[in-house]
Amino acid sequence: MAEFWSIYLLPGIIILAQILAIVVPLLLAVAMLTYFERKIMAAMQLRMGPNVVGPFGLLQAFADGAKLFFKETVLPTSANKIVFLIAPMLTFCLSLVAWAVIPFDDGMVVSDINVGILYLFAISSLGVYGIVMAGWASNSKYPFLSALRSAAQMVSYEVSIGFVIITVLLCVGSLNVSDVVRAQAEGVWFFIPLFPMFIIFFISALAETNRHPFDLPEAEAELVAGYQVEYSSMTFALFFLGEYANMILMSGLTAILFLGGWLPPFDIAPFNWIPGPIWFFLKISVLLFVFVWVRATLPRYRYDQLMRLGWKVFLPFSLFWVALTAGVLVAFDLVPQT
Amino acid sequence: MILQGLTFYLFAAIAVAAATMVVSARNPVHSVLFLILTFFTTAGLFVLIGAEFLAMVLVVVYVGAVAVLFMFVVMMLDINFVEMREGFLQYMPIGVLVGIILLVELLMILGTATMSPEVMAAGTEPIPDLAQRQNTAALGDVIYTKYIYLFQAAGMILLTAMIGAIVLTLRQRPGVRKQVVAKQLARRREDAVELKKVQPGQGI
Repeated sequence: MAEFWSIYLLPGIIILAQILAIVVPLLLAVAMLTYFERKIMAAMQLRMGPNVVGPFGLLQAFADGAKLFFKETVLPTSANKIVFLIAPMLTFCLSLVAWAVIPFDDGMVVSDINVGILYLFAISSLGVYGIVMAGWASNSKYPFLSALRSAAQMVSYEVSIGFVIITVLLCVGSLNVSDVVRAQAEGVWFFIPLFPMFIIFFISALAETNRHPFDLPEAEAELVAGYQVEYSSMTFALFFLGEYANMILMSGLTAILFLGGWLPPFDIAPFNWIPGPIWFFLKISVLLFVFVWVRATLPRYRYDQLMRLGWKVFLPFSLFWVALTAGVLVAFDLVPQT
Repeated sequence: MILQGLTFYLFAAIAVAAATMVVSARNPVHSVLFLILTFFTTAGLFVLIGAEFLAMVLVVVYVGAVAVLFMFVVMMLDINFVEMREGFLQYMPIGVLVGIILLVELLMILGTATMSPEVMAAGTEPIPDLAQRQNTAALGDVIYTKYIYLFQAAGMILLTAMIGAIVLTLRQRPGVRKQVVAKQLARRREDAVELKKVQPGQGI
């Protein structure tokens, strides 16, 4: 019995506690992100934004959540019921499981696996299924069009994200997420030598999370609300939570790959007093601000322009940059040793 | 080890059940979804035997790209399921015959095949500890040294297939006014806008 306790039960409880320690703050962050987004958009459009529920409207997100929770879940009669219900759960779960390999500080990570970057890439490539399944199972025109659009869009931009990740990995020499940050501790943050890839990655992240200006799957002027049309109540809320958690995840990934993760900008006195997780949080917040800023500023891309940008601009350029980075690393004997 | 064993049986059972559903599901979209489940649980089995790189590549390539395209095509199919099952009994004997021939061929090959002693020896070597040698690096060492020509040849075949697909689907449509971004950016104000002084009541 004592063996059972020490081998299975205790590690199980510790892992469960670690998972809760990530998921609860993450969901709170999602709630605050919706508030943050509405306040920033309001400020940019000279409005007040939410200001009624709680001090400065801080509790608005929770009021919205409560409202969604108490609404009725409508199942369309002609929908494919099981797939219709699995789709939002899948989206939500996928946006949470990716956080298992994100390091918040040196060694502060739930699962420090060797292929962390590939794991993140695999999870983000699964994200498309939630939308495709929702669009198909709704058995309705607009969601279906949205599913087709999003399948094509997410596959297209995944290709350039893959090449950007390969460029970073060439400079790191390891697939471990923590090693990516450690490699930046020794040299400069990767956004300086790989600046064009940083920009490409961020724009692809916008497309990958279906955010403005690439929110064609839910373009309200053409598709009403895309794949979300038939969803109500908590099924809709799960899509919403998943989308915003994905935004935070993509910002975190950008911070890790290019902005030095938990590292302070300079390793000198006032900066390295501040603990790593706070730096990581600040970097994510700045990137999320850009997400919202882009939404408030730019008009939506046309579909053919979106495809042109992905396949004719980003793909050749990132392919060229992979070759260039590899060439420079070999020519100047900078290849990281493993 | 009990936990690993239980996880293995769980994943294996789900993989086999899902694979059965792929061929027996009535709705083709359900088939694709079960296929994805099969890939995913197989990736789980790869993780269990310590081949985490293969597991992740399986998910990225097959689930993330290939199955999306399958789904894309299958979703748009317009199949009448009643009509599809009409000739079932008529075609069944031929189908069973082909299946039996394939099975016999497979058994004949598997029964007589022998592995080269070199490969057998490599298979019995102990797997180094994960902390010592990551299987990503180990795979890279083998692929880019010993099997480099085969690897390049596989790449060439894929490239040929890709070019073939592009050539087959490419068609020049005359009379389509495409957006040329470079042309739009090259336009200057002087070429496009002309300022004219218009007298009241006269027009241009």
